[in-house]
Amino acid sequence: MTLPALTLRNLCKTYANGFEALRGIDLDVAEGEFFALLGPNGAGKSTTIGIICSLVRKTGGQAHIFGHDLDTELSAAKRCIGLVPQEFNFNQFEPVAEIVMNQAGYYGLPRELARQRAEIYLKQLGLWDKRQQIARELSGGMKRRLMIARALVHEPKLLILDEPTAGVDIEIRRSMWEFLRDINARGVTIILTTHYLEEAESLCRHIAIINQGTIIENTGMQELLNRLHLETFVLNLQYPLWETPDLPGYPVRRLNDLTLEVDVAREPGINALFQQLSTQGILVSSLRNKANRLEELFLSLVEKSDDTTL
Amino acid sequence: MPFHAQLIALQTILIKETLRFLRIWIQTILPPAVTTALYFIIFGELIGAQLGPVEGLSYTQFIAPGLIMMAVITNAYSNVVSSFFSAKFQRHIEEMLVSPLPNFIIVLGFVGGGLARGLVVGLAVIITSLFFADLHWQHPLITLAVIVLTAVLFALAGLINGIYAKSFDDISVVPTFVLTPLIYLGGIFYSIQMLPPFWQDVSLLNPILYMINAFRFGILGVSDIDIRLAFAIIGLFIATLFGYSLWLLHRGTGIRS
Repeated sequence: MTLPALTLRNLCKTYANGFEALRGIDLDVAEGEFFALLGPNGAGKSTTIGIICSLVRKTGGQAHIFGHDLDTELSAAKRCIGLVPQEFNFNQFEPVAEIVMNQAGYYGLPRELARQRAEIYLKQLGLWDKRQQIARELSGGMKRRLMIARALVHEPKLLILDEPTAGVDIEIRRSMWEFLRDINARGVTIILTTHYLEEAESLCRHIAIINQGTIIENTGMQELLNRLHLETFVLNLQYPLWETPDLPGYPVRRLNDLTLEVDVAREPGINALFQQLSTQGILVSSLRNKANRLEELFLSLVEKSDDTTL
Repeated sequence: MPFHAQLIALQTILIKETLRFLRIWIQTILPPAVTTALYFIIFGELIGAQLGPVEGLSYTQFIAPGLIMMAVITNAYSNVVSSFFSAKFQRHIEEMLVSPLPNFIIVLGFVGGGLARGLVVGLAVIITSLFFADLHWQHPLITLAVIVLTAVLFALAGLINGIYAKSFDDISVVPTFVLTPLIYLGGIFYSIQMLPPFWQDVSLLNPILYMINAFRFGILGVSDIDIRLAFAIIGLFIATLFGYSLWLLHRGTGIRS
């Protein structure tokens, strides 16, 4: 039987000023999982991560990393974790390779092994050419990738990424997604927090949503998306329409001559919509979701949670 | 963390801390050598020439150990306080905090960096001093022991300052308003025998007096105080500050929420 990568039980954190950041969180992350921890700003995500990485002291509850109790086996627990924090937290005046090699040294890796690992991860993340460069001279995207290389250099079993693609352009973000998928496929458990819900939907198989210091949802990504009853599609038309068509069962809005916006419920579904469009001679050249599906669910869950706590 | 891994971790911090001050040698190593040369020219050659011998030594000879010790103390202290505060300010102290490094390795690593800078600067200042003063090196082992232990002591003090510091002001207050007056009043430029009895007694409360005199004894063979007492005081301070800095890191003061 494999140990869960992370187990949190009744995890609490009250800061010195009395702010209750976490109100008894229970969470399990299975080994090999790609797990999204989402929530609005100030919900408790970073506090949770801070406690797991021992940067924040919990005020109650228990945390286990691959079975190692943070209270009694801190050193063993720390060895299992690699952290990519939200903000840049490396020495801006050190060369790139040195930052990665020093991190390996803190975990007790001999210098030669540290150098080899630094080479491997800097190459994989496209930073090998920059290894001699002072870190502050890197672009934002390179700095994010440097923190990923640093987090992986001791080859942790659990990688925690706190908004790893914030401020990164789309191309690099996609390449980072590929890299993270690859790392996960090699057996590394990944916990991701992000404000890009498209990112969570694309990468993660399991999702937990935290709001006001409590977990309000904890389920599989597909199960969550299946709860979505209504989606809005934007249809780009092949030929202009001069008036809004009548599509029974589908609320429709004409945005301009070549664009329609249609609300599609799970029943009757999208196939029946296309049948109606086809019958009326309306040809669609392309379509897209108006909003990210997860975003809609996320907002409704958070709003519902806010209502119940008011 | 296994012992071998701890040694590697310690070596990593030592290399990192040493490279840090060596990279900026124009800011860290050169200024103390220049300042010491100026002290020798102004106080030793110009003013000191007007004075008679102090404890049987030329004035230039007399002030040399104090000037060397002043450079060692201020550099060991400022290296650690600025490095640790900078690590907090840029948040790269978190690199160490998330790793399995035991707290005593963090303390030893930073203190080792302070010691390294203290010794490198001390060597630079000693070389400068040799251009102005005839130093005899009466007790080389005592000289070495005092310089190493004093650098360790003030590196520890700098670490504690760095742990508590919340702003750049906090890392300059202690060196400016506490350390510098204690050093200047620690008998660099005068023998406490030259003071009235009351001020002699007050001077004995200044721990730096013991370090400067022990160092002077090592080089020139003269001292205002018993050097056994000096070693006992240095040892006591080191043990106390080491224990206190470990306790602060264990509590997470200034570094963990």
